[in-house]
Amino acid sequence: MQLRRKDILGLQEMSAEEIGLILDTAESYKEILSRPVKKVPILRGKSICTLFYENSTRTRCSFELAAKIMSADTTSVSTGGSSIQKGESFKDTLLTLEAMGTDLFVIRHSAAGAPHFAARVVKCSVVNAGDGMHEHPTQGLLDMLTIRENKGRLEGLKVLIVGDIMHSRVARSNLWGLSKMGAEVRLCGPGTLLPAEVEKLPVRVFTDLDSAIEGVHVVNVLRIQIERMDRGFFPSIREYSTLFGITKARLQRANSDVLVMHPGPMNRGIEITPEVADGEFAVITDQVTNGVAVRMALLYLLLGGGTNVGTA
Amino acid sequence: MWALLKGGRVVDPSRGLDEIADVLIGGGRVVSVGPSLPASDQGTQASRSMYEGSGEARVYDCTGLIVCPGLIDMHVHLREPGFEHKETIASGARAAAAGGFTAVVAMPNTRPAADNRAVIEYVVERGRRAAVNVFTAGAATKGNEGAEMAEIGDMVEAGAVAVSDDGFPVQSADLMRRVMEYAGMFDIPVLAHCEDQSMTRDGVMNEGITSTILGLRPWPRQAEEIMIWRNILLADLAGCALHIQHVTTAGGVDAVRWAKSRGIRVTCETCPQYFSLTDEALTSFNTNAKCCPPLRTQADVEAIKQGLADGTIDVIATDHAPHAQEDKDVELQYAAFGMVGLETAVPLVMTNLVKPGVLSFADALSKMTAAPARVLGLDSGKLAEGASADITIIDPEADLVVRSSEFRSMGRNTPFEGFELTGAVVATIVQGEFRHGSLKCAEARAKV
Repeated sequence: MQLRRKDILGLQEMSAEEIGLILDTAESYKEILSRPVKKVPILRGKSICTLFYENSTRTRCSFELAAKIMSADTTSVSTGGSSIQKGESFKDTLLTLEAMGTDLFVIRHSAAGAPHFAARVVKCSVVNAGDGMHEHPTQGLLDMLTIRENKGRLEGLKVLIVGDIMHSRVARSNLWGLSKMGAEVRLCGPGTLLPAEVEKLPVRVFTDLDSAIEGVHVVNVLRIQIERMDRGFFPSIREYSTLFGITKARLQRANSDVLVMHPGPMNRGIEITPEVADGEFAVITDQVTNGVAVRMALLYLLLGGGTNVGTA
Repeated sequence: MWALLKGGRVVDPSRGLDEIADVLIGGGRVVSVGPSLPASDQGTQASRSMYEGSGEARVYDCTGLIVCPGLIDMHVHLREPGFEHKETIASGARAAAAGGFTAVVAMPNTRPAADNRAVIEYVVERGRRAAVNVFTAGAATKGNEGAEMAEIGDMVEAGAVAVSDDGFPVQSADLMRRVMEYAGMFDIPVLAHCEDQSMTRDGVMNEGITSTILGLRPWPRQAEEIMIWRNILLADLAGCALHIQHVTTAGGVDAVRWAKSRGIRVTCETCPQYFSLTDEALTSFNTNAKCCPPLRTQADVEAIKQGLADGTIDVIATDHAPHAQEDKDVELQYAAFGMVGLETAVPLVMTNLVKPGVLSFADALSKMTAAPARVLGLDSGKLAEGASADITIIDPEADLVVRSSEFRSMGRNTPFEGFELTGAVVATIVQGEFRHGSLKCAEARAKV
């Protein structure tokens, strides 16, 4: 099977078969990461541009490493010190970089839909590395890979995502991906940070963490952004932590071999206690490793996997 | 030019007329409306006096067409002065004529704002040379800043037909009350853009399942409804004529219905996009579907139609909001709000309201002629002897495909690109002159 897509924009529009293909491919590539010489020639001669309109260390490093391990050439553009700050439009930046021979763009942007816009502007491939509050498909995929690796399956698992659901692209990508793969998705957060009509999505919604966590196989803890407090989404860090922080005591209610995940960066002591973050159930560093594997798989499937409808 | 519009279905909602008749126009006025009018002054004494010795009229066969008073769009953005790269008074007026409108009311969110006599006079003066009758609203507050009342009296004297806070909703209830009290002295309506901005900060689309899925920042219906209610209560207090602009929600329609039942002087408008589209039009991040207030849900569309049918919604306006390509060819979050509307309004009304039976021809046309004239106190919107010959001719059966490349407006920002609609404007006559539509075509008809 091949991935017949020009772009990876979100998990909402992906089928279970496509997700399965990406996860299988990532699993087979993961072995490369443990080799003494981490280099394969699969994407030699391909140019990949990471275009980041929002700060990110881990996602960009992960994409760049993935590309470099596959022998692609990488260029990186970010908001500091480029034409972006001189007022050049997104469209013109894209066209300029494409004209330099870019084969694939990795785009992080604070505006939802920006990668979709880019995908219409350029003929080459676009991978969404997080667009506003919309989706972060590679994070969703790496989370699913981590779960599948540890549990051997996705189907039938209960996965709780806890925290600032409203502003979270991680939650949105995870809920589409997991529900397509047959998992039960639970969302829990303060009522102020649950988006409108969220109950219409294929999820169970909670505001009480103790009932939400009951019997779950996975807890995916979202980062709470302190600045949300300024807009009145919650009264204090202290109260947030009390009501929605993941503690060892709370984990007792979950399944006995629960996995604890976090997309990072973590606020230790706020949404997650250090003993949980460093504890036996945490697979947070596995997620990071799997992130590289998933991105390698995607780059291969889009650029090296033979049939590629968009760039043929 | 004397012209005899022969055999059309003459619809004049201002006096309940809807029948097959002829319309004779001459000297820029409607000379006569009636069955089988003579084409020249030859013949009877009656025809000689009708023509006042002017000879004969060119005859246009209007069989199968609707002949109605020129349409009035009481909500357009002509962008001049200040944004002539988006639209000018001249280009906007050409778009109006192409869309069947013989009169438009320009909103005051220009640069500089139309908040003083000089800018009002400029717009009025430019409007005199435009293809259709151009009226203008003055800004309710200085610089549209919502802080100090503008010189409303001076603007009215210069020709402003209303005041408005369109695009810059006055947030202070106290200031809005004073604007209403003050405007009331001059017998002009206050046109209110209803939006509580504390709830819409960064909002780009209706709040609901679609915004949740797309991760786009929400602009909740309550932000509009709270302000509609506030303004209704203030209008009751101030006793002025309040006109709510672009009503989009079921709750907004309910509020106006309540106000009318209480005898409060309130009227309102909606726009074709709010009974033709829902927020799902943004699913592909189409910036041309981004407008303010935003597109709502199917339940709102149904409530808007109900409000139109039961008379709660008085007026259909377009909120014609042209933008340059670079304003829209960007990320949705940063794209300008608004869509062009002048050249798609009639087909959308015909296709989505008249054809499915929501409104009769007469009722739909009333909301685009007599009703806006009444709200604004204009002596137009009627097709009667002695009235200015502002006439729109519509082919209710013509099929068309929306092609923005053919627009007369400088704006191409329509969410209706490629839509197949029924009902087209054939000709637009302003003060007795054809400002849109082909004479040749009409003469060919006459030979039949």
